[in-house]
Amino acid sequence: MKRRDFIQHSLATSAFVTLGGLSLQSFTASSAKKHITILHTNDVHSHIDPFGANHPRNPNQGGAARRATLVSKIRKENPNTLLLDAGDIFQGTPYFNYYGGELEFKLMSMMKYDLATIGNHDFDNGIDGLYSQLPNANFEFVSANYDFKNTVMDTHVKPYKIFVKDGIKIGIFGLGVKLEGLVDKRMYKETVYHDPIEFAQDMSRILKEEEKCDLVICLSHIGYNYTKNPERPSDLMLARKTKDIDLIIGGHTHTFLKKPTIEKNLNGDSVLVNQVGAYGIYVGRVDFYFDDEKNVIANGKSIIV
Amino acid sequence: MRKIIALFAVFLVVACAKEKQEVSRIEGKRININDSITANQEIEAYIQPFRERIQEDMQKVLSYAPKDMHKRDGEFETTIGNLMADFVKLQSEPVYKKRTGKSIDVCLLNHGGIRAPIAQGPITTQTAFNVMPFENSIVVAELTSENMKVLVDYLAKAKRAHPIAGLTIKLNSDFTVNEALIDGKPIEDGKTYTVVTSDYLQHGGDRMYFLQNPVTLEILDYKIRNAMIDYFKTVDTIPAKLDGRFVKL
Repeated sequence: MKRRDFIQHSLATSAFVTLGGLSLQSFTASSAKKHITILHTNDVHSHIDPFGANHPRNPNQGGAARRATLVSKIRKENPNTLLLDAGDIFQGTPYFNYYGGELEFKLMSMMKYDLATIGNHDFDNGIDGLYSQLPNANFEFVSANYDFKNTVMDTHVKPYKIFVKDGIKIGIFGLGVKLEGLVDKRMYKETVYHDPIEFAQDMSRILKEEEKCDLVICLSHIGYNYTKNPERPSDLMLARKTKDIDLIIGGHTHTFLKKPTIEKNLNGDSVLVNQVGAYGIYVGRVDFYFDDEKNVIANGKSIIV
Repeated sequence: MRKIIALFAVFLVVACAKEKQEVSRIEGKRININDSITANQEIEAYIQPFRERIQEDMQKVLSYAPKDMHKRDGEFETTIGNLMADFVKLQSEPVYKKRTGKSIDVCLLNHGGIRAPIAQGPITTQTAFNVMPFENSIVVAELTSENMKVLVDYLAKAKRAHPIAGLTIKLNSDFTVNEALIDGKPIEDGKTYTVVTSDYLQHGGDRMYFLQNPVTLEILDYKIRNAMIDYFKTVDTIPAKLDGRFVKL
């Protein structure tokens, strides 16, 4: 079903008030209406400590302990919050060289991450190195297009996971980047990569039609967009060539999007694509507010970025 | 009591089923993590022993950078890329010579492998870990002249400042190769050339497939990061220069 989407940009506040007047009323009137908050990181690359004050590019930015404060504050405001990571948790500071990802996974567990996908650098100590750190992770991993059947990771990575928060069913699937030519074969061993777009089409059908999810989220490490190689699978291509995905959380290309990109899918519906660069400098936040179906049909859906 | 709760639960489920909810509004943004956010003390305390152990090693001053150097401070060559290619070639040469009796002609690394800039000021062990966090190891691949030409072609088409040393390239304005010289001479047919690189690239990383089947391959068992630390220890101030080794006319 094609819905009217009101896309608003946060800078144009006046436009928001006039356009969004109706939905704002109905929205504030009822506290019973459901609200899901998605928080996300990507390509944190073992950046546990903040950048130093004299760092040329990112002085005083990032830091896991600060991220933890932010996350718990948002969770207090809205308990129906999911915290996700789009891969490349490993590699980038001596914490990884010294401890092999132990501290990264332990801190993410303390922050109560709900789910992550696997990035190419998560293979940097070999697939055995990744496997050996799994006991330190109290969260699960999803990847729909990596087949781990003939590796130690078999049964430890699922294509998707479904969360139910306040009665809202949220289906999240993972996608990984092509490993050949990017990661040494000795590292990823018998991991088989499949076309992410094809597998995403299948995943979105399963999650929307079979599992009847209210929200479908893709946790992707395939990269935002490849202008020099437009045929290479990317998040923007994924958004355009699929349907029924509400949000694509990306990684890999270290793309610092100032705000989520809105793309049209196969049905002409809006899909949000977000990526927050790298190193834990930003946390992405996407809030989904729900209303009765009839109100949404009458008033349309508003997207504010 | 338990029954009442059960009944209430059933009522809730029915109520929910009746009023199907749909997304009416989406708000998306990013939140900057900076020093305006207080660190979570529990997390901070947990990190502390890990941090102390590492910092002991990391804070040792090894050399000095005369200016900020990063991998986008030039178009086809960068100050940090030139530094990397030069010290990998320099540090590997005696090891390779001792083992094979041969010299290294060219160094080729990849732009993506430079993981952090170098800030003006003291260079520490930490700097080497920031720039080269990977455990990549140095290998020397002996290539045919045909594959050397493929290498040059790859660099011409890549439009990225992949670090090189021992090789100078001039591109025409349409990105075709105008001139490619090794040790000041054009590539000679039938000759072989020794290329020092990382094991990652030699295994086809960054699609540098021309490195995959070399005439000979020597694995130096020398990590790039260790070569960097060793090099830093030998120089008071590191060079930070663009010297025209890779330009477009």
